Amino acid sequence: MSTESRLKKVLNQGGFAVTAECGPPKGANAEAVLKKAELLHGKVDAVNVTDNQTAIVRMSSLAACALLKHAGLDPVLQMVVRDRNRIALQSDILGASALGIHNVLCLSGDHQRFGNQPGCVGVFDLDSIQFLQVVKGMRDEGLILGGEPLDKAPDVFIGAAANPFADPLGFRVTRLAKKIKAGADFIQTQCIYNLDRFETWLSMAVDRGLTEKAYIIGGVTPLKSAGMARYMKERVSGMDIPDEIITRMEGVPKEKQREEGIRICVETITRLKELQGVRGVHIMAIEWEAAVGAIAEGAGLLPRPEIDKG
Amino acid sequence: MITAEQKPMDEIRGMLAPYKRVLALGCGSCVAECAAGGEKETAMLASALRMAARIHDEEVLIHEKTVDRQCVEEFILPLDDMIGEYDAVLSLGCGAGVQAVSEMYQEIPIIPALNTEFLGETKDQGYWVENCLGCGDCMLYYFGGICPLARCSKQILNGPCGGSVDGRCEVNPDIPCAWQLIIDRLTQFGELHRLEEIYPPKNWARKQGSGPRKIIREDQQT
Repeated sequence: MSTESRLKKVLNQGGFAVTAECGPPKGANAEAVLKKAELLHGKVDAVNVTDNQTAIVRMSSLAACALLKHAGLDPVLQMVVRDRNRIALQSDILGASALGIHNVLCLSGDHQRFGNQPGCVGVFDLDSIQFLQVVKGMRDEGLILGGEPLDKAPDVFIGAAANPFADPLGFRVTRLAKKIKAGADFIQTQCIYNLDRFETWLSMAVDRGLTEKAYIIGGVTPLKSAGMARYMKERVSGMDIPDEIITRMEGVPKEKQREEGIRICVETITRLKELQGVRGVHIMAIEWEAAVGAIAEGAGLLPRPEIDKG
Repeated sequence: MITAEQKPMDEIRGMLAPYKRVLALGCGSCVAECAAGGEKETAMLASALRMAARIHDEEVLIHEKTVDRQCVEEFILPLDDMIGEYDAVLSLGCGAGVQAVSEMYQEIPIIPALNTEFLGETKDQGYWVENCLGCGDCMLYYFGGICPLARCSKQILNGPCGGSVDGRCEVNPDIPCAWQLIIDRLTQFGELHRLEEIYPPKNWARKQGSGPRKIIREDQQT
């Protein structure tokens, strides 16, 4: 079993990376994770495992990552600062590295108000940028927050999220710069439907030289139906779905809408591949992992490249 | 000021159920200012409790009194002469007031009538908002006078998060995005560059690192 990040190698070798998302089950069933792993095997370079997304209790991201690792995939451990203080976050980074999990995505996390434990404490001891900085310090200097040395530094490829569609646009790029300065090696973006806005954001990032300092991986999510598109537009904050996408989904019969969703995704990826500064795609097929292979195939991203094992 | 709201009537009546002689004790400071526990509210609550007792055919004596500050011993002392008449006190003070009275009169239960809420600013009549957490290490200078700990739903010190849209917070569109306010304010002062720097992790030891906090000022002690 390779103990290094495949994602890092693909990107460092100049490849266009493909990542996907795997949501852990609402239960202790390892099979559910392994089934998703099977659908993604060979289709992607790495698989993000979400961390109690939308603040709903699920199998821990760290545990599901370990299962994926054993199944031969390269997991990206998503970690939110909502549920753990700086002691627990640092401890889990060490644990992840020890388990052979070598990619981490440092996030704020969805607010607890939206989940099934609305009475919980929102920890938010560190914010995502501070967390990035802490992980970088652990990896590069072998020090935990406060300066105490580790006997072995964790080996992690550090990622952050960016939402080009939230406000204020100008400051979005400043925040991207802060994330990269803090330690992000790669950036996975919010789902892209509004390519014009994405390109505006990207060109601002290019102008600041940011795309030279971190790998930008564009996020896409295949729509399953026109209803899902409308729901995401209206109910998911920070999600920008132009009306023409919704009209396009509505324009095909219900039973063909999934295919249309995949087609839109493939078209988006085709455009992303041509943009200067975009170094990969993150396919978030929510509870639809089977779509990932079809999208990767359609976008000419298969087979995934061999990587130098050295 | 410290803001508070009255507990639901059923909860108050539930807590008072075992007691026959109750002193409803108001406080003339913060909780009077936010119309939760001042003289007027104490009179109204006492009267509502008497009425409820009558309706339910309960024999209960409820008197009322308001002191200027329940959280300061010298303002509580005048109760010495009367406290013995009662078998419970229903305090309309904040949590600090309830505990200060409790400490003075340990032989008698002091029951809270209010839920203490937050350090608030009066926005308008009948409208208070939380702007300060009392973290013990004020950072307002760095954030254009807007506290991200109190006013950002995720307490982000390097914001805004990806949920800020049209100046509103993703948690609730009624909440202005604190980070939009911070950016607007620093832009106005030509100080936006301050936010290019990464603000370091908060030292929470100033708030909760050594258990309950206290301030000791020898220059103020006699």
